[in-house]
Amino acid sequence: MKLLSPEVYAKSVVASVQEYTLLSARAVGNIFSGKRYWADIFTQMDSIGVGSLPIVVLTGFFTGCVLALQAAVSLKEFGAVGMTGRLVALSMVKELGPVLTGLMVSGRNASGMASEIGSMKVSEQIDAMRALGTDPTRKLVTPRLVATVVMLFFLTIISDSCGTAGGALISVFLLRLNGSTFFHTAYMALDHGDVIGGLVKPLFSGFIIATIGCYYGMTTKGGTQGVGRATTQAVVVSSVLIILVDFLVTQLMIGIFGR
Amino acid sequence: MTSVTRPKTRPNELEGDTPLVEFRKVSIGFDGNQVLRDISFRVMRGETRIILGPAGVGKSVLMKLANGLMEPDSGDILIFAKSIRNISIPEMYEMRAHVGMVFQESALFDSLNVEENVAYRLNEEMVDPTETHNRVVEALQFVELEKAIAKFPSELSGGMRRRVSIARAIINKPDLILYDSPTGGLDPITSTTIIELVVKQRDVTHTTSLLITHRPQDAFTLATHRYNLEAGHMEKIPDNGIDDSTRFLVLHEGRIVFDGSTLELTHSQDPWIREYLS
Repeated sequence: MKLLSPEVYAKSVVASVQEYTLLSARAVGNIFSGKRYWADIFTQMDSIGVGSLPIVVLTGFFTGCVLALQAAVSLKEFGAVGMTGRLVALSMVKELGPVLTGLMVSGRNASGMASEIGSMKVSEQIDAMRALGTDPTRKLVTPRLVATVVMLFFLTIISDSCGTAGGALISVFLLRLNGSTFFHTAYMALDHGDVIGGLVKPLFSGFIIATIGCYYGMTTKGGTQGVGRATTQAVVVSSVLIILVDFLVTQLMIGIFGR
Repeated sequence: MTSVTRPKTRPNELEGDTPLVEFRKVSIGFDGNQVLRDISFRVMRGETRIILGPAGVGKSVLMKLANGLMEPDSGDILIFAKSIRNISIPEMYEMRAHVGMVFQESALFDSLNVEENVAYRLNEEMVDPTETHNRVVEALQFVELEKAIAKFPSELSGGMRRRVSIARAIINKPDLILYDSPTGGLDPITSTTIIELVVKQRDVTHTTSLLITHRPQDAFTLATHRYNLEAGHMEKIPDNGIDDSTRFLVLHEGRIVFDGSTLELTHSQDPWIREYLS
């Protein structure tokens, strides 16, 4: 493997960030001007949203189940088992629902976007598209960006609901808690700030998944090996960025809503 | 008050002696390796310019530069008498609307069938579906592949893919066609079929074209043959004749080592060219 000098490496990192920023800016700008590929947007919504539904439902449901079990064990020591609903709802809506859904969709779709667009890049289909008068950013990136942001928002709501339902199921049938107490404490625990905070996060995560996936696809080099490398990098980078941005948004929400 | 002369963008507005393609001292490199150095040449209207050279000499890069798919490090490129450096993206797409390109590996869209691939440009321009279908059938008849209209690229052989790629490039009757190694990786018989299509396109529509090849025999077939429209096949030009509109550009180590006619090429005294052609 060729070793790069720190200067060359730093320059390549800055150039990559610049390229990513320009691609993202163009993708967003395309939403507001020029030709819009509605058919591609709906196709991507189906692929990203409906296609990710099973993993999001299962992940959300079982996370809620585990959360209820773990919470009950700890809360029992303080004689507060009745607060299980509160803990499950707050954890799911504020943190676990948005983050886990983001990570699941990232694993499924950032990789899919990078490999699909990467394969098109190495087989010159992207160049062919440009030669035939189509802007690949407008045709490939923007529909994926719009579809991911919109669908991740709704997938997060579904994940939150499934998690709370899973927690309720475990609380009622396994822990023998009162169902209405569970839902009452859960409902009372949630504030507007919690719901808003939990629903702002998927907007950022959706943006990260689509732009990172498409960026690595559009910059793929070196044949099939390059496609594999781009796919791996897209998942790793988007996952890390989702958690990093989650931290920043949480800080911001605490600053705004005080909780 | 000074008058401002707007550059002419429509190829049919250009005067007869204006080159359709002009490279002016163009250089480009990647990762510190210089690929093309000081490349200068002109392609006139109706001319078929064959770019010859060994593999890896930068021929495909030159082709992508000619369509604005890459930007040179230095020098200038004029397509239809307009510099493609520093032009806006809409102007670039306007220029590309008059250029057809055949890619080295065909570059057909995997997820679209032959009809959708050939019709791609027309669908983007929102042309009426009936007219689009008729034009697709016409283009596929030109490449003798109308029976494959509903097939997907994965169901086609290498030669058939190239023919679909040619049909896609000529669907909107472009003013300039760029052929990037149309016979690369094909067996000799299929290569001759593709060359016949190029000759047919040249002699029937007289479209200006740039064609890359690393096979001198393909290049000389183009220079020494013509298309007989009545007989419906390619034939040798009688009396060892040579097509006047076909000219050559030979690249070696990123530089132009020859720019001229077929006769000048065959009589070249350059030792490297003589060895390459032999």
